[in-house]
Amino acid sequence: MAPMLQSSQQWVEKYRPRQVKDVAHQDEVVRVLTNTLETTNCPHMLFYGPPGIGKTTTALAIAHQLFGPELYKSRVLELNASDDRGINVVRTKIKDFAAIAVGSAQRQGGYPCPPYKIIILDEADSMTEDAQNALRRTMETYSKVTRFFFICNYISRIIEPLASRCAKFRFKPITEEIMSSRILHICKEEGLNLDAEALSTLSYISQGDLRRAITYLQGATRLFGSSISSNDLISVSGVIPQDVVEALFTACRSGDFDLANKEVNKIIAEGYPVSLLLSQIFDVVVEAEDISDEQKARICKRLAEADKCLVDGADEYLQLLNVASHVMLALCNMPEELNYES
Amino acid sequence: MLWVDKYRPKTLDQVIVHQDIALNLKKLVTEQDCPHLLFYGSSGSGKKTLIMALLRQVFGPGAEKVKVENRTWKIDAGSRTIDLELTTLSSANHVELSPSDVGFQDRYIVQEIIKEMAKNRPIDTKGKRGYKVLVLNEVDKLSREAQHSLRRTMEKYSTSCRLILCCNSSSKVIEAIRSRCLNVRINAPTEEQIVKVLEFIGKKEGLQLPSGFAARIAEKSNRSLRRAILSFETCRVQQYPFTSNQAIPPMDWEEYVSEIASDIMKEQSPKRLFQVRGKLYELLTNCIPPEIVLKRLLYELLKRLDAELKHEICHWAAYYEHRMRLGQKAIFHLEAFVAKFMSIYKGFLITTFG
Ligand SMILES: Nc1ncnc2c1ncn2[C@@H]1O[C@H](COP(=O)(O)OP(=O)(O)OP(=O)(O)O)[C@@H](O)[C@H]1O
Ligand SMILES: Nc1ncnc2c1ncn2[C@@H]1O[C@H](COP(=O)(O)OP(=O)(O)O)[C@@H](O)[C@H]1O
Ligand SMILES: [Mg+2]
Ligand SMILES: [Mg+2]
Repeated sequence: MAPMLQSSQQWVEKYRPRQVKDVAHQDEVVRVLTNTLETTNCPHMLFYGPPGIGKTTTALAIAHQLFGPELYKSRVLELNASDDRGINVVRTKIKDFAAIAVGSAQRQGGYPCPPYKIIILDEADSMTEDAQNALRRTMETYSKVTRFFFICNYISRIIEPLASRCAKFRFKPITEEIMSSRILHICKEEGLNLDAEALSTLSYISQGDLRRAITYLQGATRLFGSSISSNDLISVSGVIPQDVVEALFTACRSGDFDLANKEVNKIIAEGYPVSLLLSQIFDVVVEAEDISDEQKARICKRLAEADKCLVDGADEYLQLLNVASHVMLALCNMPEELNYES
Repeated sequence: MLWVDKYRPKTLDQVIVHQDIALNLKKLVTEQDCPHLLFYGSSGSGKKTLIMALLRQVFGPGAEKVKVENRTWKIDAGSRTIDLELTTLSSANHVELSPSDVGFQDRYIVQEIIKEMAKNRPIDTKGKRGYKVLVLNEVDKLSREAQHSLRRTMEKYSTSCRLILCCNSSSKVIEAIRSRCLNVRINAPTEEQIVKVLEFIGKKEGLQLPSGFAARIAEKSNRSLRRAILSFETCRVQQYPFTSNQAIPPMDWEEYVSEIASDIMKEQSPKRLFQVRGKLYELLTNCIPPEIVLKRLLYELLKRLDAELKHEICHWAAYYEHRMRLGQKAIFHLEAFVAKFMSIYKGFLITTFG
């Protein structure tokens, strides 16, 4: 990379591991792939797990380590959701690449260069079922000379016939301990000061997503300089302050619909993301000691339904108002109308 | 020029509300390694203003020399070619577009056009910035596919390109994209802040404001700065000098929804339902988004209802809005909501009054 660009690099990219052994916390896959580097044996792979925990990183690293910079272009095809991967592309581009014959194994410039090519299908959960079906044949026909790496967040979006042909690896959210050690490493490199409280806040707010943790850290550094406190991190993370959640609860307890409606309007005007708010409400409800199990169940059921509606693209205000209304009915032990069920 | 545009602060130093955010944004871009940004907040809260001021901060006054173009792209989608038309606003260092405008084919915009733009290094290499900026509006309206298509582009080309994403509701942006950005929440200005902006404009225009007048406009603005400034200008056109009891004209469509609510409350019958349908159609053909109509209608109905019915009605409003989102014809679901309301309300009247 040109030196001039170095400085405009984002930290997430700057600290992306280049070698499989540097990928943190995903021990199982690291072990298997380290083995691959020695034996050059490699099955089709399927990596799945939530965002920002090293899936893409691992796939790119192994491909680079197997082939080195010289052969990379001719041996690795990386397609992600930003590429058209409709059924046509599967039948043409992917098939053509898969069909190319490659010479026998020959170490080149210190790289193992095994006798196959790798096709990385990143973000594969966005491929249509038809396109996935069209892949089945290609995978089988050319399995001698081509290995497929599928990467996705939701394994359920990968059709069974594809999934069953792969060695599956579930990538785990990064634990607090590992996250802290990665973050401390970056802090050392960048000359930052982070106390223990800030460190644990950072892992809490990023919920196992290392990319998010690094982005927050970089944001906080720009805003607050090289000494970063727990509060600085909270303010860049967009976590909803606890008193906002409390205020909504208090309004619901009052049993006054208009009061709750006003609180909901306020939350929407402040721009707090409702999906996040729902999960924070959930935390409060589950831990509350003065709410009975039945009340908790009523509330949680509604939270789940609202969450699904939001995923479908429903309106944030209406969903939150409806949640507030149900929380109020539950807390005040008012019956729900039976005919609510459509 | 409308006042909303005339008095849009041009630089981060000039903003009247969100001064704290502006200050932070300024710090954020002092170094070269600024992250991708996701701005979210309700409409008229000042997102766009901050984004434009930020661009100016990064690229200097050149960022304001924008060229508006209507461009057509031919996209090769395997068996056929698709023509996509989109308006872009661009300066030497940035391009702004609303990919969701092309509807369900938005995926192609992200896959072909945005990727292409992101790949290419900035044209102006003299400038001190080694990257260019792509501003994408209304990312919450992008299809899921299109959003997924953005993910890897945001990582792969991040040395040459920064994305600034803008939306109303960040719940509609997928987790994987939110994880790639620094999220910037823009809260709607408070009524006091709106009053400050109105007084500022009043002073610049040399107007006399009776006491409490700006506050009344702010109160009716639903905390939208844009709306407040627009109605301020409307008042100016309708009557000047202002009087302290001068009416603040409501939006036409809101009046209309209020009428619909009254219609429904007065009579619950198939005949009335039919009449209401005509009015709902009228609103939709005037490009008022259906969910806005539904929310306003709910607002009007709640104002008129007894406490015990409110829960049930808000439940059904949420229910039918969700259905509307999944379905295709908004009018069906609006009408279903009205019918549901009529049946519940009629039942209530009968049990209460016999
Ligand atoms: N296990 C890990 N070890 C070290 N760094 C990591 C790890 N996981 C994530 N990171 C950091 O986070 C960044 C993003 O990781 P990566 O691109 O691999 O995420 P991903 O799992 O593919 O996420 P998505 O599902 O959103 O595509 C990397 O550039 C790196 O800085
Ligand atoms: N920080 C601000 N200070 C003063 N006026 C503002 C500010 N932000 C926005 N405005 C005014 O409000 C109007 C609407 O803001 P805009 O940024 O277009 O809102 P959004 O993009 O959030 O919908 C602008 O045209 C401008 O006149
Ligand atoms: Mg990835
Ligand atoms: Mg706008």
